[in-house]
Amino acid sequence: MNSSGVPEPEIYRLTVNGEVHDVQDAWLGESLLYVLRERLGLPGSKGACEQGECGSCTVLLDGAAVCACLVMAASATDADIVTVEGLAPDAALTDVQAAFLDEGAVQCGFCTPGLIVAVHHLLEHNPEPTALETREALSGNICRCTGYGRIFAAVDAVVASRAEQIPR
Amino acid sequence: MASCPVPVLTPSTVDQVLAHLAERPDALLLSGGTDVMVEINMAHRKAPAEIVALRRVQELQVWRHNPSADGIGGTVTIGSGVPYAEMEHGRLAELLPALAEAARTVGSPQIRAAGTLGGNLGTCSPAGDGLPVLYALDAIVHLRSIGGGRDVPVEDFMVGVKKNVLEPGELITGVTMPVRRGWQGYSKVGVRNAMVIATASACLAMDRDLGAVGVALGAVGTTILRCRDAESWLAGELDLTADALEISDALAREFGQRAAADARPIDDHRSTAAYRSHAVAVLSSRLLRRAA
Repeated sequence: MNSSGVPEPEIYRLTVNGEVHDVQDAWLGESLLYVLRERLGLPGSKGACEQGECGSCTVLLDGAAVCACLVMAASATDADIVTVEGLAPDAALTDVQAAFLDEGAVQCGFCTPGLIVAVHHLLEHNPEPTALETREALSGNICRCTGYGRIFAAVDAVVASRAEQIPR
Repeated sequence: MASCPVPVLTPSTVDQVLAHLAERPDALLLSGGTDVMVEINMAHRKAPAEIVALRRVQELQVWRHNPSADGIGGTVTIGSGVPYAEMEHGRLAELLPALAEAARTVGSPQIRAAGTLGGNLGTCSPAGDGLPVLYALDAIVHLRSIGGGRDVPVEDFMVGVKKNVLEPGELITGVTMPVRRGWQGYSKVGVRNAMVIATASACLAMDRDLGAVGVALGAVGTTILRCRDAESWLAGELDLTADALEISDALAREFGQRAAADARPIDDHRSTAAYRSHAVAVLSSRLLRRAA
C-alpha cells in the first residue's frame, strides 16, 4: 500500500459475511482486498496482481462479482460483502469447493478462492451454463497451473449434481 | 477551511455530490474504481486528500430510452454510473449494439460489473473501449455542477490523453446517444481475447435515415479520432439508405485504408505505430463488411 501523501486515519464499518466490522487504523485509499486481509483477518481473498487482471481477490459486492483490489474499502461502507470464507457456514466446504478437490482443479491453489467465488456467482445466475458461457464467466480468473481443464470439469460436476437434486 | 474527519464521502444523491464538490472542488470522484485503484495500488497516484465515491448514487445508475414522436429511434440516455455489465445484453444492447459489443470487450466480468461509461469519460484514455462508440454516434456528455449544467459533444469533451474539459466542481451525470437505423459494431485488437486493453480499436455506425456513416478509431491518437474523409467518401460510393449494401473486397479495402489515414499512432509499450495503422485499416474494413 502506498503510504505517501497526508495520511488521515479512517474509521468506518464494513459488513462482511453478515458480520459488521469496525475498520480502524486504515489509510485513505486502502483497497478492500488489503482491508479484508490485513485489518479484518480474512486472508481467503488472495492478492496477486492488485490491478484487476487476475481475479484471485474476487468477492461479491452487493451480489456482483468484483475484484476486491479495485474497491476502495472506505467507499463500501453500505455494501453487503461476501468473501470465500462466507460461502458456507463454519468453515464447511461448499459443493463447488468439494468438486474442485474431487476433480483435481487445485494445484498451487492461489487462484482457487477467486475461482470458487466466481463459480458460485456464475451458477447462481446461470445454473446450466454452456461451455462457452463458463469460459466467458471465468475469463477474469487467471490460473497458471491447471490449464483450466480440471476447473471446467469441476464446474460440470457441480452443475450435474445440483441438477440431480432438483425434482423435475 | 472546514476540516473533514472522513475523507471518503459517500453521498447518495446527485445534489449531495454537487454540494460536496462545491466545497471541495479538487476532490477525486470515484466511480467503479477500476482505473483509480490501480493507480493507487501501484503507487502511480498519491491517494488524494478527499474522495467523493459515487457508488451509492442510484440516480446515476439508470438509463432510459427517449423514443421519438413516431415511437421508433429517438435517443438513449445512460447514467454515468451504469456498469458495462448492463450494456452487454438485453434492451440496452438492442438499442445500442455497438456499445454492447464494446462493453463485452472491457476487461473481465469482474471489471464490467464495476466499470462505467462515466469512469471511461473521466479517465479519458484513448484506449477506453466505450469512447469510440460515443464518437461514432456523436454522443452528448451531460455535466452538472452546483451552478447548473451543460451538455458537451463528446468530441469537444475529450481534449488529449487522459485530458477532458471537466471543470473542478463538475460531475459527469450521463451520456445521450441516438438510436440509429442501420448496422453498427465495435472491434478491437489486443494481445489476447479476454482481459486486455485495446492496442487499436474501431467503431462503425450506419445512419440509414441520413444515408451517412460514423467511424471512430481508438488508441491511435491523443484523443479518439473520427474518420470524416473516409465517411464522406463511403457515402459518395454507396447509397447508405439502402436495405442491403453491396460491399466489394476492393471497396472494403480502400475504406479501411482511408480510415487508417486519419490515425496518428505512436510506438509505445503496447505496440508500434506501424502495426496500429495496419490494425485500424483491417478493423475498419472488416466492420464495413459486417455492415453489408
